[in-house]
Amino acid sequence: MNAAFLFCGSWREQPLKPENAMTDAISFKLNDKPVRLEVDGDRPLLWVLRTDLGLTGTKLGCGEGYCGCCTVLVDKIATRSCLLKMSDVRDKEVRTIEGLAANGKLHPVQKAFIEHDALQCGFCIPGQVLHAVSLLNKNPHPTREEIIRGMNNNFCRCGAHTRIIDAIQSAAVEMKGGR
Amino acid sequence: MNANDYLSLNFKDIRELFPIDTRRDFLKRLGGGIIIFVALGDFLEAQEEGRPRGGPPGLPSDFNAFLKIGEDGRITCFTGKIEMGQGPITSLPQMLAEELDAPLDAVDIVMGDTDLCPWDMGTFGSMTTRFFGPALRAAGAEAKRVLLELAAESLKVPVSQLAAKDGVIFDRQNPEHRLTYGQLAKGQKIQRHLTAKPALKEVAEFKLIGKPLLRRDAHDKVTGAGHYTGDVRLPGMLYAKILRPPAHGAKLKSADTAAARAIPGVQVVQDDDLIAVLHPFPDVAEGALEKIKAEFDIPEATVDDKNIFDHLLGAAPPANVLAQGGDLEQGRKLAAKKIESTYLNSYVAHAAMETHAALASIEGGKATVWASTQNPFGARDEIARAIGFEPQNVRVITPYVGGGFGGKTFNLQAVEAARLAKRVGKPVQVMWSREEEFFFDTFRPAAIVKISSGVDGAGKMTFWDYKVFFAGDRGAPQFYTVPNHRTVAHGGGWRAPEGSHPFGTGAWRAPGNNTNTHARESQIDMLAAAAGVDPVEFRLRNLSDPKMIRVLKAAADHFGWTPAKAPAKRGYGVACGIDAGTYVAAIAEVAVNAGDGSVQVKRVVCAQDMGMVINPEGARIQMEGCITMGLGYALTEEVHFKGGKVLDTNFDTYEIPQFSWVPKIETIILDANDNPPQGGGEPAIVVMGAVVANAIFDATGARLFQLPMTPDRVKEALGKV
Ligand code: FES
Ligand code: FES
Repeated sequence: MNAAFLFCGSWREQPLKPENAMTDAISFKLNDKPVRLEVDGDRPLLWVLRTDLGLTGTKLGCGEGYCGCCTVLVDKIATRSCLLKMSDVRDKEVRTIEGLAANGKLHPVQKAFIEHDALQCGFCIPGQVLHAVSLLNKNPHPTREEIIRGMNNNFCRCGAHTRIIDAIQSAAVEMKGGR
Repeated sequence: MNANDYLSLNFKDIRELFPIDTRRDFLKRLGGGIIIFVALGDFLEAQEEGRPRGGPPGLPSDFNAFLKIGEDGRITCFTGKIEMGQGPITSLPQMLAEELDAPLDAVDIVMGDTDLCPWDMGTFGSMTTRFFGPALRAAGAEAKRVLLELAAESLKVPVSQLAAKDGVIFDRQNPEHRLTYGQLAKGQKIQRHLTAKPALKEVAEFKLIGKPLLRRDAHDKVTGAGHYTGDVRLPGMLYAKILRPPAHGAKLKSADTAAARAIPGVQVVQDDDLIAVLHPFPDVAEGALEKIKAEFDIPEATVDDKNIFDHLLGAAPPANVLAQGGDLEQGRKLAAKKIESTYLNSYVAHAAMETHAALASIEGGKATVWASTQNPFGARDEIARAIGFEPQNVRVITPYVGGGFGGKTFNLQAVEAARLAKRVGKPVQVMWSREEEFFFDTFRPAAIVKISSGVDGAGKMTFWDYKVFFAGDRGAPQFYTVPNHRTVAHGGGWRAPEGSHPFGTGAWRAPGNNTNTHARESQIDMLAAAAGVDPVEFRLRNLSDPKMIRVLKAAADHFGWTPAKAPAKRGYGVACGIDAGTYVAAIAEVAVNAGDGSVQVKRVVCAQDMGMVINPEGARIQMEGCITMGLGYALTEEVHFKGGKVLDTNFDTYEIPQFSWVPKIETIILDANDNPPQGGGEPAIVVMGAVVANAIFDATGARLFQLPMTPDRVKEALGKV
């Protein structure tokens, strides 16, 4: 069995492959596990995650790179999966929201979002959390200003912004500069 | 289909409640235990006197909610309400656990499933806590009474000797003598239809209500485990992309689908006006859709975002008098200063981060549709009509909804998914792109308010002549004391006569009230300035409603307001409003960049009297959300269009609030636990237009009459100072 399907839910046993489509074998690491997919390298990562792999935590908000709902980590850096082609992740490490909690233990950023009630509808939240993780990776001790600047292009229609900022600040403290 | 065919925000459209046969099947399915049915109506009426402003007129007569205490001791509440971020998933179980004296963890909630939950009109109008809450509490109180009776029988002690705590009933004289709710429900088949109002707990007895609780869905939502409609997967499902017209009113002339059909695995379906491409991958379907060559007849563009206000004034329906008193002519004579103004509001989009989505599966004459909707029962009926099914053969299930704000009450996407699923015999998902979302949104209507008013030498208002066009009456009535006044509405809100708006319009968070409060509070500020009186002092001088006075004073105290006549170059603004029974006052501080016309809101203090507060943390979050979202309609949000063409297709031109815009927000919830709970999800947004406009005036002396107050409009207004 294709390694990718270790991750997908039970809803689909057979990998989907459009007949006669130009496919390519693309290997990458997804949530710490190696994956090899027969897939058209031009397809967007967002839809391959959501459809082929059943990882639906990564959301579509705008499809054009504006909102950040589709954020995943590629080699630890927040990246918008709606604009990313499968060929772009070849040999890379991809982490989605489903793969953030290590062994069922929530990441400090996830915990902080819960503790600060930093969400309403929650639709933007996977993207916000992953973007915050990436931000703290680059800058473990951000000022409030740096958090605001860093998060600015992740949209939230419900207006959870102030609590998201607070959550990131307290996650930074909790993480003491490390992951 | 037209958005205006859909449910209005009052209770006039109440249709048949739960059909009897379904109810029987349903009860069988529910199994044993204790089930309590409760109707909303009686309690609503009981509430009516206590409420400050008009409520829904017609009321449902049958039950609207029920709860079950299972043989395993778990308590389940079933409601047609949905969770879209506003928090009932936490606050409703909180209310229920309170009345039942059960641990919160033992309460489950099933929401928005039309086969499991009793009929509900929809989740909007800040009605969940106000109207549904008391009913649910009553069901809880009744359930506790039943449990006490059962316990009295088993334990052979009178009810008066029993007490309930944490899901256990015990004998006060011998606490070891006890039974859990699960033990009491075991083997029972009790169904109570609650008719009389049971005694609810007094505020002093509350253990859970009023306690800040964290959201119950947070873990689901931070781990990606929580499912929204677009996340539901069925074996063999197809994703549909639908051919859309380039403009509202455009007619399809021809469509060449050959190139799309040539793509392997793509299925093209034509069902009357609906042309769709389907594929197991949504992105492949999207690519195939682009290959369709279609020609449309596009009607000539007459209205656009510039001339729309003249068009609307020309198309305005006759006036409906909402309030009047005294003699306007007399009031005019008494005025030392008179001010006449016209306020404009553009169309505004809902722009929830989750676009409309639905997944439909039809098997054995039964349709199951997962949908992002604020009104699952409305969606059920629409789907049933479209595919020719009886409503009871359509089941709508509502997973988490990724934001609604009034925009998810018109369920076109669910109808499309059902029509396509019926055609292809496989489950079909429709998930709109952001561009489709902007095209099919039922926008907050563009609107106009004209006010003529005057003030005497003592800073008292002498007359108030108020006309609102197309925003409707919510928030239009006056709460200041003006002896001579008249308030009229042309058009009942977002439902407007055919030909008024170039596209669909609908309810947008606190419908109409944003427009009305912006106009009223801007005008009040102008009167204060004309009278040479500090704007807070001016309001207090013209208010007699103690509730509003208390709220305004609380905001001013907290802000540290010191009196000054505007423009005082401080950038401070104030505004008051009433929405969904809640009184709100906000004070903002802004900085205006005269060079580029940009406005930064630095601080907002917002005080609210919302009656009894169930979950203070949830209420604060809603206030913060309102303030943040409100910055958008105040500063940038407006739909650009030419004829039926919506020019905004994504967030590049339609700007919604971002982190860098967000001010320091301070919320104050006044203690008013002796009054029934009022709305919480909408009120704080209504003041945002005016509070920012008034602060800009205080900072610069420039008065803006049109929302949003874009940099260009700010610069233009500055040029006139
Ligand atoms: S969906 Fe990718 S940035 Fe919005
Ligand atoms: S929580 Fe709803 S969009 Fe952010």
